[in-house]
Amino acid sequence: MKRLKINRDYLITYGIVIVFYVIMSILKGTNNLSSLFKGLLVPLCVYMIMAVSLNLTVGILGELSLGHAGFMCVGAFSSAFFSMIMKDSITNPIVRFIIAIIISAVVAAIFGILIGIPVLRLRGDYLAIVTLAFGEIIKNIINILYVGKDADGIHVSFKDAASLGMGEDGKIIINGAQGITGTPNDSTFTIGIILLIISLFIVLNFMSSRSGRAVMAIRDNRIAAESIGINISKYKLMAFAISASLAGMAGALYAHNLATLNALPKNFGYNMSIMILVYVVLGGIGNIRGSVIAAAILTVLPELLRGLSDYRMLIYSIVLIGMMLFNSSSKAEQWKAKFSPAKLIKKHKTVKEAE
Amino acid sequence: MSFLNYFINGLSLGSVYAIIALGYTMVYGIAKMLNFAHGDVIMIGGFAVYVCTSSLGMHPLIAVLISIVVCTVLGITIEKVAYKPLRKASPLAVLITAIGVSYFLQNLALIIFKSDTKLFTSVISIPLISLADGKLVITGETIVTIIACLIIMVILTLFIKKTKAGQAMLAVSEDKEAAELMGVNVNRTISLTFAIGSGLAAIAGVLLCSAYPTLNPYTGSMPGIKAFVAAVFGGIGSIPGALVGGLLLGIIENLSKAYISSQMADAIVFSVLIIVLLVKPTGLMGKKMSEKV
Repeated sequence: MKRLKINRDYLITYGIVIVFYVIMSILKGTNNLSSLFKGLLVPLCVYMIMAVSLNLTVGILGELSLGHAGFMCVGAFSSAFFSMIMKDSITNPIVRFIIAIIISAVVAAIFGILIGIPVLRLRGDYLAIVTLAFGEIIKNIINILYVGKDADGIHVSFKDAASLGMGEDGKIIINGAQGITGTPNDSTFTIGIILLIISLFIVLNFMSSRSGRAVMAIRDNRIAAESIGINISKYKLMAFAISASLAGMAGALYAHNLATLNALPKNFGYNMSIMILVYVVLGGIGNIRGSVIAAAILTVLPELLRGLSDYRMLIYSIVLIGMMLFNSSSKAEQWKAKFSPAKLIKKHKTVKEAE
Repeated sequence: MSFLNYFINGLSLGSVYAIIALGYTMVYGIAKMLNFAHGDVIMIGGFAVYVCTSSLGMHPLIAVLISIVVCTVLGITIEKVAYKPLRKASPLAVLITAIGVSYFLQNLALIIFKSDTKLFTSVISIPLISLADGKLVITGETIVTIIACLIIMVILTLFIKKTKAGQAMLAVSEDKEAAELMGVNVNRTISLTFAIGSGLAAIAGVLLCSAYPTLNPYTGSMPGIKAFVAAVFGGIGSIPGALVGGLLLGIIENLSKAYISSQMADAIVFSVLIIVLLVKPTGLMGKKMSEKV
C-alpha cells in the first residue's frame, strides 16, 4: 500500500512537469509568449535540472555543496568541445546533441568521483568550503585553457593561443577567457523538458532504491549506518557522482543555448552555486518536487519584476529574507501552529465535545 | 629584493584578509553560522568613507571613525532583524538568509551609488619608504595595514582574555546552554560579537580600498570569500588561526601572482586550502573534535 502511494506522489511530480510543458508549448504555439519568456524557457530547464541535482547532494546525501556550478561548467565545456569538433562529421543535430549530453554526463561524473573521493571525507562547513574551492578552481583552469585543432590533431596549452603551435589550417576551439564561440544552437525547450524528466526519473528512483535508502540512512545517522554494514564511502560517492553527472547534463543544455560560452563568475562561479542552493532550500530540502517548482518561480520572478528595473534584485533579496524568516523562525512556527487548519478543526471538535 | 617586495605586499594583503577573517571566525565561533554578508559590510564601510571624504570633505580619520560606527550599527541591525529570529532554525536556513542579506546590501549599494567603479582616495598620507637604492619600495598603506592588523590582534586577544564580556564570548562559543545557565546574557554577547566583527570589517574595507583604490558594490564579495577561506584555513573559530590563515593566504596569493601566473593565483590559493584541509581536516589551528555516539 505504501509503495503505491509513493508512486502516485512521483506521478504528480511528472504530471506537473508535463502540464507545464503543454501549457508553455500552447502559449508558444499561439504566440502568446513574449520574446523574453521564450528566451527563458531553456535556462528554466537548466535551473530546474540543477536544482534537482543539487537536492540529491544536499537533501538526500545531506552534504552542503557550494561548488555545484563547477560540475555544470565541466559538462558545458566538454559537450561544447565535442560539438565543435564533430560539427562537420555528424550533421544530424539531434544525434550529435544526444552524444554531447552523454559525454557531458560522463565527464562530469568522472569529475564528481575525482573530487568526491577527497571531499567526502570532510564534514559540514569544511566540506562546503572545499566544494566552493573546487568550483572556483575549475572555473579558473577553464579560463586559461587553450585548445586548438588542426590536421595533426588536437593541441592543448595553458599559456596563450600562440603557443598552441598549430598548422595553417588550425582552428582554435577553446580560446582561454574568451571561451568557445560558435557552439551549435541545439538546445530546445522540448529537449530540456525531456532531460528534466530523465533527471527526475533517475533521482526519484534512486531515492526508493536500496542504494538510495542506504544513502539516506547515512544522512540520518552515519555511525548507525556504518554499524549495520553500509559502506559509507561507496554510497556517498555514488550519490555525489550521480548528482555531478546530472549537473553536467544541465551544463550541456546551457552551453548549446548560447553562441558564446565562457566561464564567468556570473554563470559558473560560486554565485551560481549559491543561487541553485537557494532554489533547493526554498523548495524544501529533500523535496524534489519543491526544487523544481522553486527553481521555476525564482527564475521567473526577477523577470516579472523587470519593470521595476534597478529595484528588482533588491525586492528579490527582501522576498528571499522574508520567506526564510517566515519558513524557519521560531515566532513564525508558533504563529503557524496556532492557525494551522488541523489545530483549528481539533479545537472546534473539543469545543463541541465539551458542549 | 623583488622577492622581498612581493613578500611584504603579500603580508599587507594578508593582513587585510586576517582582519576580515577575524569577523568570520568570531561570528562562526559564537553563532555557528557562516555570515555570507560579511564581505558586503566591508563594501559598505568603504562607501561610508568615500562619501565622508569625497562628498562631505571630512578629515580622513573622522571618516574612518564614522565608517566604523556605520558598520557596527549595520552589523547589529542585520543580526537583530535577520539572524536572531532564526537562532533555532537549521544552519542551512541561516546560510540562505545570510545570502539574502548579502544580495540586499549589494543591491542597495547599487541603487544608491550606481554600478560604476569609484576612484577611492587613500586615507593614509604616509610617504612611501624606499630602501636599497629604490629596489625595495614599501608604501605607507602597506605599513599602516600591517601595523593595524597587529594592533587589532593584540587588543582583541586582551579583550577576550581579560574582560568579562570577552570571557562571556568564550563561554557562549563553548556551550551556549551552559553559559546561559551561568548567567551570561547570550543575546547580548552575540550582538557584541556582530558589532566587533562589523567594526573590524569597516577597518578592513578602508585598508583594502586604500591599497587597491577602486570601489563598487561588488568590491567586498571576492575579498570576503578569500577571507572566509583564510578563516577555514587557519581553523574556523580560532582567533590566532584567522591571523595565520589570513597572512599565509595573502603571501601565497601574491607570490603565485608574481612567479607562477596572475590568472592562476586564485586556483593556487584554493588548491592550498584543499591540501591543508585534507591533511588536517579542521584547519591549521582548529580544535580536534571527537564524536560521541
